[in-house]
Amino acid sequence: MPQAAQVRLENIGKRYGEIWAARYVDLHIQRGEFFTFLGPSGCGKTTLLRMIAGFVFPDEGMIFLDDQPVSHVPPWQRDVGLVFQNYALWPHMSVFDNVAFGLRERKVPLKEIERKVAEALEMVELKGTEKRRPSELSGGQQQRVALARTLVIQPRALLLDEPLSNLDAKLRVEMRLELLKLQRDLGLTTIYVTHDQEEALAMSTRIAVMEKGKVVQVGTPREIYELPINEFVAGFVGQSNLFSGKILRLAESSLAVEIDDELIIHAAWAAVATRVTLGDSIFLTIRPEAIQLTKSASGPRETNQIEGEVIAAVYRGALIEYELRAAGKTIKVHAINPKGKPSYLRGEKVFASFASEDVVLVPIT
Amino acid sequence: MAKTEPAPRERVDWWQGSTMTLLLLILISFILYPILRVLWVSLSEDRGGLTLVHFANFYRRPLFREALVNTLWSGSLVVFFSALMAVPLAYVIARYEFRGKLLLQTAATLPLVIPPFVGAVALQLILGRSGMVNLLLMRWFDTNIPFMEGLSGVVLVQTLHYFPFIMLNTAVSLSNIDASMEEMAENLGAHGLRLFRLITLPLMLPGFIAGSLLTFIRAIDDLGTPLMLNYKNLLAPQAYLRITTIGIHDVDGYVVCVVLVALSLTTLLAARKYLSLAEYATTHRGMPISRPLRGNKLALVLILSSVILGISLLPHLGILLLSFSKVWSFSLLPTVYTLDNYADILLRAPHFVLNTLLYTLLAAGFDVLLGAAIAFLLLRSRLRGRNLLDAIATIPLAIPGVVLAVGFLRVFHGWNFPVVDAPLTSTWFILVIAYTMRRLPYTVRASYAALQQVHVTLEEAAQNLGANRLKTFLKITLPMITGGLVAGGLIAFVTSCVELSATIMLVPRIEMGPISYGIYIYMQSALGRGAGAALGVVTILLVSAGTYLTHRIFGGRAGNAFRV
Repeated sequence: MPQAAQVRLENIGKRYGEIWAARYVDLHIQRGEFFTFLGPSGCGKTTLLRMIAGFVFPDEGMIFLDDQPVSHVPPWQRDVGLVFQNYALWPHMSVFDNVAFGLRERKVPLKEIERKVAEALEMVELKGTEKRRPSELSGGQQQRVALARTLVIQPRALLLDEPLSNLDAKLRVEMRLELLKLQRDLGLTTIYVTHDQEEALAMSTRIAVMEKGKVVQVGTPREIYELPINEFVAGFVGQSNLFSGKILRLAESSLAVEIDDELIIHAAWAAVATRVTLGDSIFLTIRPEAIQLTKSASGPRETNQIEGEVIAAVYRGALIEYELRAAGKTIKVHAINPKGKPSYLRGEKVFASFASEDVVLVPIT
Repeated sequence: MAKTEPAPRERVDWWQGSTMTLLLLILISFILYPILRVLWVSLSEDRGGLTLVHFANFYRRPLFREALVNTLWSGSLVVFFSALMAVPLAYVIARYEFRGKLLLQTAATLPLVIPPFVGAVALQLILGRSGMVNLLLMRWFDTNIPFMEGLSGVVLVQTLHYFPFIMLNTAVSLSNIDASMEEMAENLGAHGLRLFRLITLPLMLPGFIAGSLLTFIRAIDDLGTPLMLNYKNLLAPQAYLRITTIGIHDVDGYVVCVVLVALSLTTLLAARKYLSLAEYATTHRGMPISRPLRGNKLALVLILSSVILGISLLPHLGILLLSFSKVWSFSLLPTVYTLDNYADILLRAPHFVLNTLLYTLLAAGFDVLLGAAIAFLLLRSRLRGRNLLDAIATIPLAIPGVVLAVGFLRVFHGWNFPVVDAPLTSTWFILVIAYTMRRLPYTVRASYAALQQVHVTLEEAAQNLGANRLKTFLKITLPMITGGLVAGGLIAFVTSCVELSATIMLVPRIEMGPISYGIYIYMQSALGRGAGAALGVVTILLVSAGTYLTHRIFGGRAGNAFRV
């Protein structure tokens, strides 16, 4: 039985005409990891996945499965399982024949094939559909057949290309959990491609955020969300308030950033990952849910506090989304779990406050 | 705002209802009824009862049995040889990108612009007993090969004419296969020939089979080719000969007609079934596969394609040479060149060309009107009888021209039609009617497809913003379907230009004959062959112009027009 492998990309580059679809990609994906390529469409994440599957050969660099170089091994010899966005179930074959395909290619004896297909279908809870055609199944069921077809060959790595994007919202969340459970149970090295940041945060052990063919940041979901490395990551992953300013003062426990000569925001050193000096231009971001609203000014001097006016309020059940106008800026605020707490109306004057630890400095690149 | 509150639903229904009634009346009079009359004659005995005795007689006559077997055999051979030419071309065109691909694609559809009976004459000159090739063979090896004798001549001509049908259908099927279908198989370990056999072949098969069946229908329906080659032992020429030599009351002719219809109707139904299967290959929308082709592989592909296409363009070459020749007999190439042939057909007997333009343009116009009305009712009304309308409008695909013509003669001969005050069969209008009915399925399909693109919500949005029904139709629906209507009309025009099997039976007087009839008449005498060829060249030009325009409007989807 093939073991789950680690996947290593060394300085990978792929060019289409003048444009590099991916370049300078160095990644080391651990055995059993759930690793996500996250980025907007056209960022090169699918190209990377297709290079690992062998449909595209890199123009630069090397790909390793464990320590074996596979950059130019054809797809049918790689033993990495791929699940396509559109499932790619063969319409002229029954569910059984679809799932059995990879086993037959591997010359598995018939008895064994029957047992393994039954097991795989049971695993995705589709026992009894063997004789049906893919077109007779629902979208969610087709998705699970596609998964079973790939898992049944016990691939060395599982590659998933936006597998949930064709499902409706509720089913997507269910499949997310089901997929994670399968992955953990089987200990599969999984590489997942998505443009949905929420999905990436919820499922991954690590995420590589990609932009224009380059990997911008690699880290755990927490690192990516809480310490975005640049403006792009801060804007792409989750919502945030992003301001540009200049470093005005350096103090012992915090530093002060001046924004457009009218607003000074304090950031704790503990949350500053980048190297800064006095006078530097810099971005700072504050997550909407880190900001509290109060009717009147309060709190110690060290806390950031801005007076503003509510210009929009949207009730969303789990939270209320506010937009404030303050010091010439628009500020997004999420009031979490609003039940029983005061709410504010359009036009009301409020104070927005947030801890200096919640301010993240991002270098201007 | 209107002061009164009319009941729009009722008025619309009344309007749709009367259109439907009128359409049904036309289709029943000119399609269903004539065919049922043919069937009736073949099934009735002298005293008026039902009988199968005529069919038993048919089966007892060796001549007819042989004609039936020959028809099936030659149709199958045409399909077989066409497939040999068409499938490699389709694969290359659907799967590879290379320089000269567009040229190859265009050349591969050129056989469609030459009417098969014209091609038959041209091939006689090149491959016939005293044609170019056999003269060379005689000179060098003192032998000859009877390419064009008997059945093999018919099969050869029809193969070279009809193989694009298989090619276009197969190519469409192939390019509809989503890339992920094959990539998934590669991912699971299959590649090369095995992958082709397990995945690609089954997915392209429906298109291939549909194309093959279509070719089969066309081949057995073709009357012109056997007549030109003087090979009469097939069903279509038998039906023609019985009716024209023995007479309109000869029951055997009708029996042959019914057997022909049974054959092509069965084939059509089979083709439909396979095409509905073919739809499954297109349910996923993704990128089709197209790989660049270079080096030795490219050279091989180009050489192979050139050979196939070179052979299939022989008729064009032959007819062009013949049209400029004064004398071409027992010599490799014409011995004396002249422009007289063109002068002949354009100055002395221009009516052939003019008649064709008149008849086919009228027929195309009627087809567009009828097709659009039928498509509209099929898609936008909930009237009962829609399915009947659809069914009758589809029937002509499976009705050989000879059979429709026999039906027309049976029904409209011998009584004065109102308004014209003469039997319809003695006016040229009968030809327009025959063309209109035979090509109606094309415009119905084109209009249906075009109208399908106009989602009801697009019309509703216009109405919601204040446009009334008429304005909505003029500003939203009509502009969106115009392309489809024109393309459908062009196909009707092009295919009517080369119609011979109904024409040859229905032309009331020689001066009322269209171009195809003219070619047939000219070709009967050795002296007229040059002029006949010149008419053939004119036909090719007409058809090319129509086909070119269709491609311009339909774009890459032009191939769809030649599907079932």
